[in-house]
Amino acid sequence: MPISQERLEKLIKDSIPDCKIAINDLKGDGDHYSATIISKTFKGKTRVEQHKMVYDALKGGMGNELHALMLKTKSE
Amino acid sequence: MEENKIIDVTEMIKNEIKSNDIVLFMKGTPVFPMCGFSAAVVQILTDIGVKFNSINVLDSNEMREGIKQFSNWPTIPQLYIKEEFVGGCDIVKEIYESGELLQLLNRKGIEVKSR
Repeated sequence: MPISQERLEKLIKDSIPDCKIAINDLKGDGDHYSATIISKTFKGKTRVEQHKMVYDALKGGMGNELHALMLKTKSE
Repeated sequence: MEENKIIDVTEMIKNEIKSNDIVLFMKGTPVFPMCGFSAAVVQILTDIGVKFNSINVLDSNEMREGIKQFSNWPTIPQLYIKEEFVGGCDIVKEIYESGELLQLLNRKGIEVKSR
């Protein structure tokens, strides 16, 4: 069950309000996206921790609703 | 998943990452990867020329779900170096391209075949 780009962006922004986000729909099937996310809240965290913050924002959708989300996270 | 199955899988995972420097939990095998992201990580490890052990999570649903619970990471592939969870496809690609993966391997004293 795919997820729309708008919903994906909203979910992430709801959990990481200060973030700047750029999403690419890789296959147009709502199942494969890449996203670059910049947020001060990533500062001092490892990449794994930063990505987990994004996965948590998707409230269990990652790996279920959403098959692939290639992430690039930065703190500034 | 029943209680004892979770425990068995967790023990299996711990054992694997203890007894091998590098372990890749993937879909399929290095020769027949069943997912592009798993294949991409196999390619990176092959390019670097390091020995690694791979686990095909498609062989058992307990392993497929168990590894996600073990690492609290929702997707496959998952790469472990010296018992440490390094990341999935996007992180491994990023640290390979930035040179951090080679530094990590050197720091951990893992032999890299020079090309």
